[in-house]
Amino acid sequence: MTHPKQPVLDRRHVVENLLADRGELLVVAGLGASAWDITAAGDYALNFPLWGGMGSAATIGLGLALAQPERRVLVITGDGEMLMGLGSFATIAVQAPKNLAVVVLDNERYGETGMQETHTAFGTDLAGMAAAAGIAATATIRNEAELQDAVAVIRHAEGPIMHVIKVKADTLPKAVPPKDGAYLRDRFRMALLGDAAAV
Amino acid sequence: MNNTTWPDDIFRALMDLDVIQVGYVPDAGHTKLIQTCIADNRVRAIPLTSEEEGIGLLAGAWLGGQRGALLMQGSGIGNIVNMLCMARACRLPLLMVATMRGQWGEMNPWQVPMGQTAEETLKLQDVTVYSVDRPEDVGEAVIAAGRIAFNGPAMAAVLISQRIIGSKDFK
Repeated sequence: MTHPKQPVLDRRHVVENLLADRGELLVVAGLGASAWDITAAGDYALNFPLWGGMGSAATIGLGLALAQPERRVLVITGDGEMLMGLGSFATIAVQAPKNLAVVVLDNERYGETGMQETHTAFGTDLAGMAAAAGIAATATIRNEAELQDAVAVIRHAEGPIMHVIKVKADTLPKAVPPKDGAYLRDRFRMALLGDAAAV
Repeated sequence: MNNTTWPDDIFRALMDLDVIQVGYVPDAGHTKLIQTCIADNRVRAIPLTSEEEGIGLLAGAWLGGQRGALLMQGSGIGNIVNMLCMARACRLPLLMVATMRGQWGEMNPWQVPMGQTAEETLKLQDVTVYSVDRPEDVGEAVIAAGRIAFNGPAMAAVLISQRIIGSKDFK
């Protein structure tokens, strides 16, 4: 496998674009940089940033999308997190929720553990794996023009959607969301389901 | 395994508990129940590639206002240990129903290590565990575990003994 060319997109810029005018969008973020990225774009009640459970972001999005078929669900995660949950491509493909989009911010690194290269740095193609699992709407996004086209697809096109967005391997200032899972849970459910959903 | 009603008892219990999303990794012991879940459109039967996916799936389901359950083989308990952090840290409901291998007259020695440690493994992770040895107790145990799970919210598991399911014999 050969090294692809250097990514040019900035991950915070990508996430700001994905979450612009987010309205009623439900957002799940994988642990680490993806959670900081969505928080940098605004710490909303309808964010569910993970602090653990590596590999679970896409399946959380699946359960949420099946439970809320009228709402758009966007999972934003990293390449390392997605690599730990590859089976979820097949599971999502079988359920085929029209309202689910999964975006992998692929910096080809394990950013929280010392910036070691992930498998994608050596050519592992996450969009290709998702396509082979049966997800029809897959793409790999590499520049600003492609990003602008992709945002509309990710936000509005029929799912399930799985897009890889190649981003620079920068270490950015942390934008830390609340850490208490029970608080995140109640905040999310109350915003989505009403005050009676509080535990 | 023939002429048994406990899989139907589990399904009735899941209906009584308003479970909608049923994630599963197949086990021979769950064959009938999985068939019932696939055939009945009151529930959504969701095949998983690994039990870990079930923890995420059911977290998402409940965040979205639906209840779910995870059907699995006892060996799958080993696969979910770290993922339980999510249900535990967020105090999410998690109802698991596992049919056990490696527990009673097991013919496959590779099944025995997890079969012998599954219950303790779950308890170490703060999961309420009901181990059931008699077929007539299975449905009631699922209701009881569901109440623990959804009223908590908390994690609860029903382990259906290999004595109920019977052990495979590779002759």
